[in-house]
Amino acid sequence: MKEAEVRRLLAANLLCVFSIILSAVVPASFWDGFTVFGTHLAWLCICSVCVSTLNIILHLVLKPNLSPKRSSFAHKISRFLKCCIYFFMSCILFHAIIVLYGAPLIESVTETFLFAVLLSTFTTLQCLCMLGPNIQAWIRVFSKNGATSIWESSLQITTMCSILGAWFGAFPIPLDWDRPWQVWPISCSLGATFGYMAGLIIAPLWIHWNRKQLTYKSR
Amino acid sequence: KHGGCARGRQDKQSEGRRVVFMGDDTWEGLFPKKFFRSYFFPSFNVKDLHTVDDGILQHLYPTVDSGEWDVLIAHFLGVDHLRWGGVASWSLVDHLGNDTLLLVAGDHGMTETGDHGGDSEKEVNAALFVYSKTPLFGTSPPEEPEAVPQVNLVPTVALLLGVPIPYSNIGEVMAELFSGDGDAVSAALQQLSVYHINAKQVDRFLHSYSLVAQDLPAEQLQHLQELFSGAMEEHTQLLAQVQGETLVPPALESRLGSLISRFQLYLREARAVCTQSWARFHPLRMVGGCTLIAASCLLCYVASELAASSGSFYRSCLLYPLLWGLVVAVLLGLAHAFTQEGLDLLLVLSWAAAASQLGFFWHWWGQYPKRRLRACLRLAFPMGILLFRCGAMFSDSFVVAEARVAPFLLASLVMLLVGKLHWDGRLTVPEGPKQQLLGFSSYRREIWYLLCLVAMLLVCVRLSGFFHQCREEIPQCRPSLFLSPLASLRNTRAKNLFYLLCVALLAGLVYAVRSWLRHYGNLNSSDPLVLFVRWCFPLVVLCIACYWAVASSADDSLGKLQELVQVAVVAFPWAVYGLASVGLLLLLCNPMTVFAKDTRESAGSIVTPYLGVPSSEVDFLHVIPQIYKRMQESQKSRLERGSCKATVAAYGLGSVYSAALVIALTLLGFLLMLLHSERLSLAFLLLFLEAFVLLHIHTRAKGLPFSVPWYAVISWLLAASQFFYSTGHQPIFPAIHWNAAFVGFHLDHSTNLLPAVLVGANTFASHILFAVGCPLLLLWPFVCEMPSSQKKKPKKEPQEELQEVEEHMMEMRLRESPEKFSTALLQLGLKYLFVLGTQLLACVCAAMILRRHLMVWKVFAPKFLFESLGFMVSSICLLLGISLVMRVDCAVSTWFSQLQLR
Repeated sequence: MKEAEVRRLLAANLLCVFSIILSAVVPASFWDGFTVFGTHLAWLCICSVCVSTLNIILHLVLKPNLSPKRSSFAHKISRFLKCCIYFFMSCILFHAIIVLYGAPLIESVTETFLFAVLLSTFTTLQCLCMLGPNIQAWIRVFSKNGATSIWESSLQITTMCSILGAWFGAFPIPLDWDRPWQVWPISCSLGATFGYMAGLIIAPLWIHWNRKQLTYKSR
Repeated sequence: KHGGCARGRQDKQSEGRRVVFMGDDTWEGLFPKKFFRSYFFPSFNVKDLHTVDDGILQHLYPTVDSGEWDVLIAHFLGVDHLRWGGVASWSLVDHLGNDTLLLVAGDHGMTETGDHGGDSEKEVNAALFVYSKTPLFGTSPPEEPEAVPQVNLVPTVALLLGVPIPYSNIGEVMAELFSGDGDAVSAALQQLSVYHINAKQVDRFLHSYSLVAQDLPAEQLQHLQELFSGAMEEHTQLLAQVQGETLVPPALESRLGSLISRFQLYLREARAVCTQSWARFHPLRMVGGCTLIAASCLLCYVASELAASSGSFYRSCLLYPLLWGLVVAVLLGLAHAFTQEGLDLLLVLSWAAAASQLGFFWHWWGQYPKRRLRACLRLAFPMGILLFRCGAMFSDSFVVAEARVAPFLLASLVMLLVGKLHWDGRLTVPEGPKQQLLGFSSYRREIWYLLCLVAMLLVCVRLSGFFHQCREEIPQCRPSLFLSPLASLRNTRAKNLFYLLCVALLAGLVYAVRSWLRHYGNLNSSDPLVLFVRWCFPLVVLCIACYWAVASSADDSLGKLQELVQVAVVAFPWAVYGLASVGLLLLLCNPMTVFAKDTRESAGSIVTPYLGVPSSEVDFLHVIPQIYKRMQESQKSRLERGSCKATVAAYGLGSVYSAALVIALTLLGFLLMLLHSERLSLAFLLLFLEAFVLLHIHTRAKGLPFSVPWYAVISWLLAASQFFYSTGHQPIFPAIHWNAAFVGFHLDHSTNLLPAVLVGANTFASHILFAVGCPLLLLWPFVCEMPSSQKKKPKKEPQEELQEVEEHMMEMRLRESPEKFSTALLQLGLKYLFVLGTQLLACVCAAMILRRHLMVWKVFAPKFLFESLGFMVSSICLLLGISLVMRVDCAVSTWFSQLQLR
C-alpha cells in the first residue's frame, strides 16, 4: 500500500518537474526570441500557470486527501473563492516579505510581484490543493511530526526547498560577474524553481528511505 | 572584467597642453573636465567590446590629422580581451608626424583564459610598444627586448612633454627616448641631463619622505645619499670640463657613460629600497596572527561552554593560563635584556598570549569532557548564518555589498528562528485531545504578538537601508539624502520640516525612555540620578535641538548675530558633553533607581504591597508596583511570629540593572547623535527601536534562563554591523565623517587625540551602542517576566498567592543566585567576543590570502582596518557595559545591607 502510494507520489512529482522543463523549452518553438533570461517575465507567467494547472489537475485526479463528507455546490464555490483569496493574499504577503528583504520598492514592481506569484505557486497553491483553505491544518502540517501522510511530508519538503532555493538565489546578485541571470529577480526565481524541482525529486526518495521511521498518526 | 585597465598612447598632463581623450568613460569620472577635447564611450557592459573601440577608431585618424593636440590618449577596451591593438597601431603609423611618439601599452597582461588581477608571471607582464619616425636606437636595437618597470613611464612621458616629473615618482627615465638625432656625444649629454633631473627629483622625494615616515631603513638611505652626492659631484665636474672643452670625445664618451650608469645605479637602488619596504609581507607573522585570533575564538567558545560547568573552572582555566602568559612574557623580556637586543613588544605580547592559550587548552583537555556531536548540531542554524557572514568577507563584491548582506542575514536569522520555534511546537500550547479546538485561541495571541514583532523588525531593517552611504565601486548608487547636514538644504520649508521631525523624534525617544522607566517604577525616588533623568534629559534634548538649529542656519546672513552664532555653535555641544558626562558620572556613583518605602516603623497591618497598597496610591505613582521582599526568610519568620508586622516596599528594584543600562545607552545615544548630521538621528531612532524589538523577540523565544542563546548574540551583532552602514558609514576612508571632529570645536584642535576620539565615536557609533547594551540580552527576559504572569489572577488559595508574589521577582532572580548571574555574564561576554572574533578572523584571513588581489587596497585592506578597530571598540565597550552591570550589583548589595542595618 505504502509502496504504491510512494510510487504515485513520485510519478506526480516527476510530472511537475517535467512540466517546468517544458515551460522553459516549448514556448521557444512557437515564439521567436523566447528565452528564460531574455523574456523572463513571460516565462514566470508561463511557469506559474503550467505548474498551477498541473497541480490542480493532479489534485482532482489523485485526490490524496479524500474528504468523506459530501458538500454542496455552494459550499464548493465558497471554498474555491476562499482559495482564490488565500492565494492572492499569499502573493501580496510574499511580495511584502521580498521587499522587506531588500528588493526595490518602486522600480521593477512587476518583476517582484511575478516572482511572488511564482513562489506562491510553489508553496501556497500546493497547500491549498492538499489541505484546502484551512489555516489550522497548514499550521499543523508545518510543525514537527505534523504530517499525516506521505503527501503532506512531500508538501513540507517541497515548500521548504522552494523557499530555501529562492533564498540562495539572492546570493549571486551582488557578484560582479555581469551575467544576464544576475539581474533581479532572475537568480531568485531560478533558485526557487530549482529548489522546487529538487524538493519534488527529494521528497519521494526521502520518504522511501525513511519509510521505517515514518509513522503517520491518523486523524 | 575591470573596465579601466588598458591605458593607451600617452599619459596626460594638462599644464597648457592640449590633451585629447577618447575611449572608456570611466576617465570622465577620474579626470572631470581636464581634457581639451574628449570622446567618451560607455564601457559598462564588458561583453560589448565594440562600442568603445569603434568610437575611438572613428575619431582617431581625423583628430591625429587635424593636429589640434599635444597629447592624445586613446583607451581601447578591446585590447583587454582581443589582441588586436596592433592592427590599429600599424594603420596609425602613417598618420604620425616626425616629432610624434606612439606608445602602445597595457597596464597588465593576462592569463591563458584572458583573466587578470592575480600575480602570476603572465598577468604582471605586459607589452610596451614604442614607435617614432625618428630613430630611437643609435645602433641596431637589442636582440632581447628589455623589461621596463611600469613606473618608468611616468618620468619618461613627463620629461618628453616638458612638464615636471611628479613629486612622488620613483621610476627611472627610459634613456633611449632622449637620444635625439645628433651624434653620440650630444645624445649622451642629453641623456645625462635627463638622468640628472630624475635623480634630483627622486632624492628630494626620498628626503621629504624620510622626514615624515620612518619605514625606510636609515643605513640604506645613508647609502643612497652617498651614491647620489657622489654622482652629483662628478656631474658638476664633468659639466665644467665639457664647458671648458678640456675633454676630447673618446674620453668624454666613456666618462659620460660611466656617470650615466652611476645615476642609473642610484635610481635603481632607490626604487629597490622603496619597493622592499613598501610592499613587504611577513607571511610567518601573518599566519601567527591568524592562528592567535583563531585560538582566541576557540578559547572563547570553549570557555563559554565550560563556564556553567564547575567551580574550579575559574582557577584552573582562567587564572593559571594567565600566569603562564605572564611568566613567558617576563622570560622573554629577560632574555632580551641579556642578549641586548631591541625588544619587540608585539612579539613578546603574542608569545605571552600564545603561552596562556596553550595553558588554557592544556588544562581544558586534561580536565573536562568533550561536547557531544548532538549538541553541536543544535547550533547549526545560528552558526550557519555566522558562517555565511564570514564567508562574505572573502569576496570583494560581497564586501562592497555588505551594507545589504548584514540586514539580509539578520532578517533570515530572525525568520529562521521563528520558523524553528514553530516547527518545534514551542508556539503552540501543548497538544491534548480536547485542546485541538480550544488551543487555537491561545496559540493565536502568542503567535500574533511574535509575528508583529518580526514584522516590525523587518520594517526597521528595510527602513534602515535608506541611510546608506555609497562606495565608488557601485557607480549607479546615489548616497542617501539624509546624510548631508541640514545646512546644505536649499529649500527652507523642507529644512524646517526635517528639523521639526528630528527634534520631535528626539523628544519622542526621551519620552519613550522615561515612560519605560516609569512603567517599571524607576522614576520614583529622589536620587540625583533619577532627578537627572527627569530634568536633564529634556534639557539635553533642548541643547541638541538648539545646536541643530544654530548649525543648520549658520550659513544664513544673520548680521550682528553672527558672533552669537559662533559662540552658540560651540557652547551647545559643550553643554551636551557636560550634561552627558555628569549623567554618566552620576550613574557610576549611584546607579540605584529604586524607591524604597519603609513601613516597618508604622505599626500598621501587614502591607504586602502587591495586595494591599491602596489603589489611590497606585494611581498616584503611576506604577505597577514592583515588589521584592527583602530578607524573605527573616521576614517570613518574623511574620510567623507576629512580632513585627512590617515590610519594605521597593519600587523599581525588579529592573534596576536594565534601568541603569538604558539610562547609559540613552546618554550615549545623545552624544553619538550629536556627532552625526541632524537627519541621521532618524537612523538612531530606528536603531533603538530595532534593538528593543530584537530584545522582545529574544524574550519570547528564550528557553533556559541564565543563558543567552547563540542566535540572540549573533542577531545582536548583525544588527550592530547593519547599523554601522545605516548610520551613513562604509569601511573606506573617503566615507569617514570628518565633520564629527569639529562638533563643539571651532576649527582648532591642540592635540590629535580628541578629534580622533570624536571621529572614532562617530564611525563606530553602532558598535558602541550595541556592545554596551549587550548585557540587556541577559536581563531583558527577567524584566519582561511580569506581563505574562500578570494575566492570570486566580487567587483562591494562599499557595497561589505566594507564587504570584514570587513571580514578580524579575531581575532579583539574578540576585537570588549570584553565582549563576556572574557565570551568565561571563558566558554572554565570551559568546559576544567569539562572534566578534570570528568576524575579525574572517576579515584578517581574507586580507592575508588575497594580499595580491587587485582590490586589496580598495576593499580588503580598509575593511580589515575598520573591522579590527571596530573589534577593539566593541570589546572595550562590552567590558564597560558588563562592568556597569557589576557596579549596579555592588550598589544593590550595599543597599540591601543598609536596609538590614536599619
